[in-house]
Amino acid sequence: MSSDASRLGFYLLIAPLLLWLVVLILLPHIGLFAVSISEKTGVREYEIGFGNYAAFFTEPLYWRTFARTAIMSILATVLTLLLGFPIAYYIAKLTRGRTKTTLFLMCMIPFWVSELVRTYGWMILLRETGVFSNALQYIGLTTGPIEFLYNDAAIMVGLVYTSILFMVVPLVTTLDSLDDSLIEAGYDLGGTSFSVMREIVIPHAMPGIVSGCIVVFMLSLGNYLTPILLGGKDSLWFTGMIYTQFITRFNWELGSAFGFLLLALSSLVVFVGLKLSRQSLTETMGR
Amino acid sequence: MIPTVPRSRFSIWCYRAYVITFFVYLALPLTVVCIFAFNNSVFPSLPWEGFTLAWFFGTEAPFIGVFNERSIMRAIGTSAFVAVWVAGLAVAVGTCNAFLFVRHEFRGKSLLYMLMLLPLIIPGVILGISILVFSSAVANTLEDATGLWFDGLRPGLILVILGQFSFIATFATLVISARLQKFDPSLEEAALNLGASQWGAIRQITLPFLFPAIIASAIVSVLMSFENFNTTLMLVGSESPLTITMFDKLKQGSTPVLNAVSLLLIIVSAAIGLISLLFQNAKR
Repeated sequence: MSSDASRLGFYLLIAPLLLWLVVLILLPHIGLFAVSISEKTGVREYEIGFGNYAAFFTEPLYWRTFARTAIMSILATVLTLLLGFPIAYYIAKLTRGRTKTTLFLMCMIPFWVSELVRTYGWMILLRETGVFSNALQYIGLTTGPIEFLYNDAAIMVGLVYTSILFMVVPLVTTLDSLDDSLIEAGYDLGGTSFSVMREIVIPHAMPGIVSGCIVVFMLSLGNYLTPILLGGKDSLWFTGMIYTQFITRFNWELGSAFGFLLLALSSLVVFVGLKLSRQSLTETMGR
Repeated sequence: MIPTVPRSRFSIWCYRAYVITFFVYLALPLTVVCIFAFNNSVFPSLPWEGFTLAWFFGTEAPFIGVFNERSIMRAIGTSAFVAVWVAGLAVAVGTCNAFLFVRHEFRGKSLLYMLMLLPLIIPGVILGISILVFSSAVANTLEDATGLWFDGLRPGLILVILGQFSFIATFATLVISARLQKFDPSLEEAALNLGASQWGAIRQITLPFLFPAIIASAIVSVLMSFENFNTTLMLVGSESPLTITMFDKLKQGSTPVLNAVSLLLIIVSAAIGLISLLFQNAKR
């Protein structure tokens, strides 16, 4: 009797999970793939084929944008790691108690605010009539207004800004767990700052580095707002292309193929990252 | 480089200067957004024309304040509606998942757990288009078969709610599971020994224990729903939530009204974030 009741309880518990995963995650992605391999032959007539993927590889604009998005995202990830690591190290190792909590909070607050607001802030700072341009004119470095917005550097600034928290938090967590005495021992044994960093700190921080890099890369790859608002007319981003195919051009077949390619790239990067660091998704993401 | 290892003064100061620069970089965009909300000019840029509250309370064009700008107020209402639904669904499903993953052993558990984490690594735009494609296909099939209209499956608030829920549920599951793992099952056994029914023990002992995590995950869900852009963009219909409305206005050319909305958003989300941290600390 009681085992019957617990069986029933088990099914009641697993039902919402299955409903969620099957209806909102699995089936839609299968559907997306199905649409991506269908070609329009007439009004509401389709046949199966890889024409949409062929269009991607034969049209330079498409695959160049794809490659550009990937390369810019990798660059943003590397920059975020280089800029974020010293900050995480400072918070984890050089501060104590209340200062640590305060600095950590100051890192978090910008990320509770909508990405749109953050990007808008950068637009106000960087545009031709913006704060930086005016400040430079005021101190006399330039005579006329300068446009800092609408170029790749602006996109990079925005991407790093948007994702740096997701690098700093896992790094602080792993660096916190590194015992100071290990670092002291490294110095006692004659290590230089560089060798201690390379032999002790970085190997220990590897799980944090990997999970930070994965999240930052994914966020950059899937970003829409920052490249659209901060980038110029010809600085295309792949998510922007997907949007165009779906909403403006109403070519869902090609848009689905693009979406699937983006998904494949981000999954590949996650997979390679996890394999390289010998970690599993469950350990890295299910913190 | 730790406090117990001596360093040269110069390198310590360089390091501190870098940390300070970093925090200035973090604070700068938000600060300028807030400051220009009070600029008495129709453009959110320099020169500074003097302090005004018109962008909050103004009634005369062009100085129509947030509280009198109907499209923005309606968008805030839409966002709140979506957020409440998303948070409710995410917390309910998240609590069920937590019990399932913490309390039950079954075949395929690790596979399901991995599937549950997947929404974290799927870009938001892809989640949006996949749900859009799938629901349209379902709607087409149903409409062909029955001859009725299924507007709920076309871009609109229902799809926005489902789309946001599809990844926010993962966060709720993780937060609530973490708390349930710390629960001492002997407390529940004691209640059962004292004559409580299984459900009574869960309701009176376990759920109150989970309460801080449930509240924290509800708050985080509301915050994430309010700010979501990528998934919402693909699923939105005629009624748009706040981020989409702001994006459309921003593309047309910005006025300090956007700064005023942003300032309100910054204050509210910082407050909500701090509250959720308090709840998360309360559970330790």
